[in-house]
Amino acid sequence: MSRLATVFRPGRKALLSYVTVGYPDTTATLKVVPQLVAAGADVIELGIPFSDPMADGATIQKASHQALENGVTPDTCLEVAAKLSKEVTAPLVFMTYYNPVLSYGLEKFARECRRSGIAGLIIPDLPAEEGATLEAIAARHKLDLIYLLAPTSTDARVKTVAEHSRGFIYLVSVAGVTGAREGLPPGLEPFVGRVRKAARQPLCVGFGISTPEQAAQVSRFADGVIVGSRILQLMEADVSLAKVGDFVRQLRTAIDR
Amino acid sequence: MQTEKRRIPALLPDKGGYFGDYGGRFVPETLVPALDDLAAAYQAAKADTAFWAKFEALSRDYSGRPTPLYLASGLSAQAGGADIFLKREDLAHTGAHKINNALGQGLLARRLGKRRIIAETGAGQHGVATAAVCAMLGLDCVIYMGEEDVRRQALNVFRIRLMGAEVRPVSSGSRTLKDAINEAIRDWVTNVGDSHYLLGSAVGPHPYPLMVRDFQSVIGKETRKQIMVKTGRLPDYIVACVGGGSNAIGIFHPFLEDKTVRLVGVEAAGGGIKSGRHAASLSAGRMGVLHGARSYLLQDSAGQISETHSISAGLDYPGVGPEHSYLKDSGRAKYVAVSDNEALEGFKLLSHIEGIIPALEPSHAIFYASKLAGSLKRGEVIVVNLSGRGDKDMDIVTKALGVKI
Ligand SMILES: Cc1ncc(COP(=O)(O)O)c(C=O)c1O
Repeated sequence: MSRLATVFRPGRKALLSYVTVGYPDTTATLKVVPQLVAAGADVIELGIPFSDPMADGATIQKASHQALENGVTPDTCLEVAAKLSKEVTAPLVFMTYYNPVLSYGLEKFARECRRSGIAGLIIPDLPAEEGATLEAIAARHKLDLIYLLAPTSTDARVKTVAEHSRGFIYLVSVAGVTGAREGLPPGLEPFVGRVRKAARQPLCVGFGISTPEQAAQVSRFADGVIVGSRILQLMEADVSLAKVGDFVRQLRTAIDR
Repeated sequence: MQTEKRRIPALLPDKGGYFGDYGGRFVPETLVPALDDLAAAYQAAKADTAFWAKFEALSRDYSGRPTPLYLASGLSAQAGGADIFLKREDLAHTGAHKINNALGQGLLARRLGKRRIIAETGAGQHGVATAAVCAMLGLDCVIYMGEEDVRRQALNVFRIRLMGAEVRPVSSGSRTLKDAINEAIRDWVTNVGDSHYLLGSAVGPHPYPLMVRDFQSVIGKETRKQIMVKTGRLPDYIVACVGGGSNAIGIFHPFLEDKTVRLVGVEAAGGGIKSGRHAASLSAGRMGVLHGARSYLLQDSAGQISETHSISAGLDYPGVGPEHSYLKDSGRAKYVAVSDNEALEGFKLLSHIEGIIPALEPSHAIFYASKLAGSLKRGEVIVVNLSGRGDKDMDIVTKALGVKI
């Protein structure tokens, strides 16, 4: 069974948090993830940095750049995942772009992911039409390949993704790139409702969510809330990681209310 | 017959945008519906004679087409062998072949009802062409340009602004063309409802490689007619520089089924392939995915995109259009690489002998063709796509030659 399935339970909303592996350095990643979990994160998305992150805004671009400067490779990320999966029970998923995965070798990457305790993959530049090969390989290695949907997705595409996404569906809250935003985009709730009609999977909303209030609002109609850029910003603002821990606790409280 | 048909390279890409193993659509979900709409609108426009009539009329009256095919007697004599003809895209409006695609996509954007145009530019030629077309068609225009390119192509930045477009310098990554494309894609993801991304080369997700190639094929179609008039036969070689590959595919494509016509793409070897400072994706790269398509790519062992180098901003790109990857693997076209110094030699040669100052990009092709001509017999024919003029490069060339003006 999908390890991610254990996260989504009736009456409880999931909190998914993202960090870029190796930002500001690898030690920080190893240190912050257990704290995020202790503070209430249910799933950790580990970002494998890519040189050309076209779906990312300034914060994750900067983090990716720094991580690459630190010499982080997919192998580094696999090692980090292997260590973390021994330490935390929350499922770990990788989020990255297709080229590092393709370059690693799809089969080898999937095998190593499994070996390192990775539960799933999110690849924003791999739409369902292009994902068939990786989907089959991931399934063999018991990895969930998680597809994304956007407010611009047509009903036909929603249907396709509902047929193919494993673990959950990642709903991009807004037409745009990652990054903390002020308010929630209008039309988010109807968008989630539209996907709900076609999909059985849990629906997690990400991109732009940066406050407990936003998280609380989203958790009223979605099954999970994904927070990324804001976490990186807080890691930068306070290297002791106290702020990021407090923030995640606030998110947890907000969505549990 | 069906299988036979599929083997005709000129009929590619397939429905998914694939040229054999290359191409496709590797983009964020947000953009997929826009690409579907674009592909559908393009198919409809392609079948619409009124659309082509408009394209042809503006190509003639606005861009100055057809561009001449010029027998470069001096260059040919100096090379001492084959006759070298130059397809004079340098004489097209705004000074390069880029206007063909900008015009085609500008008209398409209007058909789609998009009022705002986003584009990237490296050398600035595509930015200038796009700004011109937007001014003429009354569309808003934002051009992304790497900071490094803003510096080395300052003249074009000024031209773009004169025509009313906004230039946004890009400070991420290597601050060149690839980063400008990343930023243009980010803008498009955010403003996909009212904006058209007017991509400037035969790269990117389907339908761009197809569409750009079709709009640029006017070069090859004209060449074909012109060379028949001038020599009574098809050329033996066609030589074109390859950055993303739009001028090359534009002149190659109408000759794909003519097996006697050898096609040669010339990439930028920069400081030399061995130096690692180059932009020769087909000559030295391996298959990967960048900017929405699977193609040859310069990348490190971990799949990170390499920083590239070329004296010509327009060739300074780690990827290449998927159709070229296909033509390379199938052997239909051959790809070679020419260094910065060799390109400068080509640049000086054409200036001296023919009184034509080429852009640094096609100077790569000029250098290669002049060497090639020397190895061929008299009476053989080479056509070089002279994709643009050199005014924009004066700054770089004076510096490279150590001249003060
Ligand atoms: C004159 C000229 N030639 C060639 C190129 C390279 O582009 P492509 O390979 O798409 O023709 C450029 C790009 O800026 C250019 O300005």
